[in-house]
Amino acid sequence: MSAPVSAPTAASAADTAKPLLSVRDLRKHFAIRGGILSRVVDKVHAVDGVSFDIEAGETLGVVGESGCGKSTTGRCILRLIEPSSGEVWFQGADVMKMNHAQLQAMRRDMQIIFQDPYASLNPRLTIGAIIGEALTIHKLVNSRQALEDRVVQLLETVGLRPDHMRRFPHEFSGGQRQRIGIARALAVEPKLLICDEPVSALDVSIQAQVINLLEDLQEQFGLTYLFIAHDLSVVEHISTRIAVMYLGRVVEIAPAAELYDKPIHPYSEALLSAVPIPDPTVKRKRIMLEGDVPNPIRPPSGCHFHTRCPIARPDCSQRSPVLEEKRPGHWAACHYRD
Amino acid sequence: MAGSTPASLSASAPAAAPAARKAQRFSPWHEAWRRFRRHKMALFSAVALFLIVFGVLAGPFLWPVAINEIDFAAKLQGPSWAHPLGTDDLGQDLLARLIYGGRISIAVGVAAMVVAIFFGLLVGAIAGMSSGRVDAALMWVTDLFLSLPQLPLLLLVIYLFREPVKGVLGVEGGAFVLIVAVIGGTRWMSAARLVRAQFLSLREKEFVEAARALGASKLRQVVQHILPNALGPVIVVATIDIAAAIIAESTLSFLGLGFPSDVPTWGSVLRDAKDYLDIAPHWALFPGSLIFITVLAINFIGDGLRDALDPRRVL
Repeated sequence: MSAPVSAPTAASAADTAKPLLSVRDLRKHFAIRGGILSRVVDKVHAVDGVSFDIEAGETLGVVGESGCGKSTTGRCILRLIEPSSGEVWFQGADVMKMNHAQLQAMRRDMQIIFQDPYASLNPRLTIGAIIGEALTIHKLVNSRQALEDRVVQLLETVGLRPDHMRRFPHEFSGGQRQRIGIARALAVEPKLLICDEPVSALDVSIQAQVINLLEDLQEQFGLTYLFIAHDLSVVEHISTRIAVMYLGRVVEIAPAAELYDKPIHPYSEALLSAVPIPDPTVKRKRIMLEGDVPNPIRPPSGCHFHTRCPIARPDCSQRSPVLEEKRPGHWAACHYRD
Repeated sequence: MAGSTPASLSASAPAAAPAARKAQRFSPWHEAWRRFRRHKMALFSAVALFLIVFGVLAGPFLWPVAINEIDFAAKLQGPSWAHPLGTDDLGQDLLARLIYGGRISIAVGVAAMVVAIFFGLLVGAIAGMSSGRVDAALMWVTDLFLSLPQLPLLLLVIYLFREPVKGVLGVEGGAFVLIVAVIGGTRWMSAARLVRAQFLSLREKEFVEAARALGASKLRQVVQHILPNALGPVIVVATIDIAAAIIAESTLSFLGLGFPSDVPTWGSVLRDAKDYLDIAPHWALFPGSLIFITVLAINFIGDGLRDALDPRRVL
C-alpha cells in the first residue's frame, strides 16, 4: 500500500497555482479496545490512505456508501478528529503540524456545515448567539452593535430575517436551521467549506433551496467546497469534480460530467447505475453488487473492492491498485480498466 | 430594512408572523415553565413548599413566642388556642420550636444540596471532559465513596470532628457546617456520575463539534455549550438531594449527633417526642408531618422538573 507519488489534480497540463487543499495519504484508524487491560485488539480502518487536491473555487464532491469514511475524511482535514497519519496541506501549510495558535488561525479559513440541522445547533442559545460566537472567539468585532450588525448581515445573506436572531433553534424548520448553520460557518469568512451531507436530512424541495443557496454563496464569496454526500444526483449538480470512495479509499476522481458519462472503476459504474432516471421509458442495465460492504475492521486484502467486483481476477486480492491518471484529469484505481 | 419585508427564501409566510411573534418570547426555560405548570402535583407541591418556607421565615414575626420558655403548668398539652400545636414535656410551645427548627432543617437541606451538586459538577465535568487516566481515577474515587456505608461514616466523622469545629465556629455554627459538610460530602457521587454521563454524550454532539471547528476553547465549550444542556437532569437530582439531606439531618438529630439538644430541629423534636408517643402523640405527629410534607413536595417538584426539562416528553 504505497502512497501515490503524484496526486490527482484538476489542472493536469498547466499547473500554475498551487491547490488550496492537498490531502496526502490520510489515514484514520479507530482503535477497538477490549479485554481486562483494555489493549487495542483491533482497528477500524475508517480512512485508509486518501489523497486528493482541491483547487480554489472548485467543488469536489465526495460520494460513497455510508461507512466508507467520507465524513471522517472531512473531520480529519479540520482536525476535529486527529488523523492517524498523513498530510493535509492548506494554503501552503501542513495542518497536521500546526500548533494551537496556527490551528486557531486556520479555523478562520476552513469551516464545516453539518448533516443534522437539529443536532448541530445548541438548543439553549439564540440564533444571534450561535452565529455571533465565531465573531467573539476570533475578536472580529469590537462592539455589541458591530456584532449585531454583522449577524443581521449574515442572516440576510442566507435568506433569513434580522428578527430571527432573538429566537431559539426549536422555532425553526430543518431548512431554516441548515441556513443558520451555513451563516455560522460564513461568519469567519472562510475560504474552504466542508459540507458534510448538508442536505441529506432535508425534504427534497428544501434540498434544492439549500443547494441553490450554497451555489449562490460560492459565486458571491468565491468559496471552495468539499461536498460530501451519498446522493449522486445532488453531487452531480453542484460538483466540479467528484471523488468516489469505497472502504476508506478513493477509487476514482474525475470531472463530474466525465464520471457520469464514462466511469472507469466498476464500483463507480455500479453506483451510477443505481441513480434513478426520471423517465420511465429509458431502460438501463442495473449493475447489482453482490454481498455487503466488507467489515472495515478487516478490509479485504489487495483491492478492497475485489470481493464484490464483477471483473475481479485472482491477483486483485494480492495487489493493491493505486490511483492512476487513466485519461487526462480522470484518475482511477483499478488494475484492469483503462 | 428587511425587517418588514420577509426575505423571499425564508419559510415564514406573512400569515405565520403573529404566531411567530408570540413564540418569540419562549426561550427553552420559558418552555420548561409552561410544561411544569401542566404537572398538577408538582405545581401543588410548589405552592405547599412555598407556604412552608414562607412560614418558617416569617413565622417568628407572626407567632412571637420564645422557643425556650419553660412552663411546667402547660406541659404535654394538646393543640389549643394558646399553643396551636401543643407543648412538649417542658411546656415549651411546639409551634415556635417547629418554626425555628424548620429554618435549620431546610437551611441544612439546601446547603448540603449546594455542596453535593458543586462537587458533583466539578468531579463529573472534569471526568467527562478528560479521558483516560484522569477520568478513570475520578470514577474510581466516586465508586469508592459510593461503597462507603453512609450512616456509620457520618457518625464517625461527627464524633471525631465535632469538638474542634465547635471551637472555631461556635456551637450552633459548628454543628451546621459539620452537618452540611458530611451530608454534602457523602451525597455528591450520583450527581458526579450523572454529569459525567451527560458530558460524555454532549461533547460528541455536532453543535459542540461546530464550536470546536470555530476555535472555541475547552472552557468555552463547557460553559457555553455543554453545561447549559447538562443542567436539566442535574436540577432534578438537586431537588431530590434537598429532600434526602433533610431526612439525613433528621436522622442525625434523632440519633443525638446533630445540633446541640437545646436547639430544635424537626429531627430533634421528633427524637424528644419518642418517649411520650402514648400520652402526647401530637408532639411527634407535627414534626413528622412537616418532614413528610416537605420531602414529598420537593420530590414531586423534582418529578415535575424532570418531565418539564425533558424535551422528548410531550406535555
